Amino acid sequence: MNTDDARTLLAQLLHRIAPEVDLAEVDHDAPIQEELELDSMDFLNLVTGLHDAAGIDVPERDYPQLGTVNGFIAYAASASGG
Amino acid sequence: MPSLGADMDAGTVLEWRVQPGDVVHRGDIVAVVDTEKSDIEVEVFEDGVVEELLVAVGEEVAVGTPLARLGSLTEGAAAPEPIEAAPSEAEPVAAPEGRVRSSPRARRMAAEAGLDLAEVAGSGPGGAVVAGDLSKPGPRPPSLEPTDRSRRAEGTRPSLSSTRTETAERLAAPAVPGRPTERSGAERQAAMRHAIGELMARSKREIPHYYLATTVDLSAALTWLRAENEQRSVTERILPAALLLKATALALREVPALNGFWVDDGFEAAEGVHLGVAVSLRGGGLVAPALHDADQLTLDEVMAALKDLVERARAGRLRASEMADPTLTVTNLGEQGADEVLGVIYPPQVALVGFGRIVDRPWAVDGMLGVRPTVRATLAADHRASDGAAGSKLLAAIERLLQRPEDL
Repeated sequence: MNTDDARTLLAQLLHRIAPEVDLAEVDHDAPIQEELELDSMDFLNLVTGLHDAAGIDVPERDYPQLGTVNGFIAYAASASGG
Repeated sequence: MPSLGADMDAGTVLEWRVQPGDVVHRGDIVAVVDTEKSDIEVEVFEDGVVEELLVAVGEEVAVGTPLARLGSLTEGAAAPEPIEAAPSEAEPVAAPEGRVRSSPRARRMAAEAGLDLAEVAGSGPGGAVVAGDLSKPGPRPPSLEPTDRSRRAEGTRPSLSSTRTETAERLAAPAVPGRPTERSGAERQAAMRHAIGELMARSKREIPHYYLATTVDLSAALTWLRAENEQRSVTERILPAALLLKATALALREVPALNGFWVDDGFEAAEGVHLGVAVSLRGGGLVAPALHDADQLTLDEVMAALKDLVERARAGRLRASEMADPTLTVTNLGEQGADEVLGVIYPPQVALVGFGRIVDRPWAVDGMLGVRPTVRATLAADHRASDGAAGSKLLAAIERLLQRPEDL
């Protein structure tokens, strides 16, 4: 998965969790939970979606690396060998 | 039409999931009903055969109105049982001679707005005036706001013409297949704010709240949880919220005086512990459906039930039984929230437990100062049903239970 694929996947996951969010309009370097108003259940669903779609099982200690839109995309791309 | 909460006295059938002739079993979803707060799935409580649907899609009826007739599975000729002639706060809409048929809420709203019910076209059973006739879904005409007391004081009567016209249009609207009365996002939003406002105003008007708060050390709970989650796939992980819910449910078993309902000037202890879980919805508003028998579930089961409940609450797919019977509500602000929440009790419940954000705080143990993850746990309780001693006991039990997370 390259970064474009990762971005597309994130957009798909967010469409389910936070349908009104337009990825193009949010700050990619801001804390993702605050920026997108995600609670801990939403964030868990996001990480679960990454697992289900790409087979990436993110350990809890890595959660901070997924703390921004850019961080999420970079992590997903690198963890899948992209 | 089941009563899906203290604030509801009418609902609209959005969808039938069964047809006459279908065999249904206890727990099956038979219909979807629209309330001010969200769409609710209605379950059937007995096995049987659907004989007749009594309420058409799009029709709004008062709480207590039979929705369908159910025949016995074994004896086809047995007397049919009405589905959902559920007991409710609303009295039957049948009225004595000379009195306008109306639902209690419609009467209250009319009285507060200074309206004469005889002049309102009723759309309920037998032409009864129901709340919906006085307020269209969504923002109401300003003249019908119950808070508009100045107008009444001046002795002028708000015009009824707009209400009548809207009602007539609504009744005359052709039956559209699908979901004719489904509301737009903005209408839903306004209706939900209104419903929350009514219920919370009633709570603050009727319930003498008292409040308690305590700070709970979560280091044991979170250390245990981290180690546990470390070994689990992301799909199996547990959130701190599940620990807080389970601890609250177990604590309630020790303090039954806070688990139940205030009905007819008396406290009724509930049979089980059904935690109302306050779920905030994207775009505003919240619902607090029941997580049934939370004290009986394992932590994994609490987590799975919580996940499912949050997902369905946000998708507008809650079930009637979940709306009707929470015995105590828990509101958990989560990571993005404030440090502490002093809640408003959901009538007819008698208490509400609140958890703030988990925060590192300075913490003294054995004369030494350290930094620990902590949470502010609060209780709002009904002074008619309990005193501070019972409330303190509940918070102390929650705190104690959270120190032994492996036993939760």
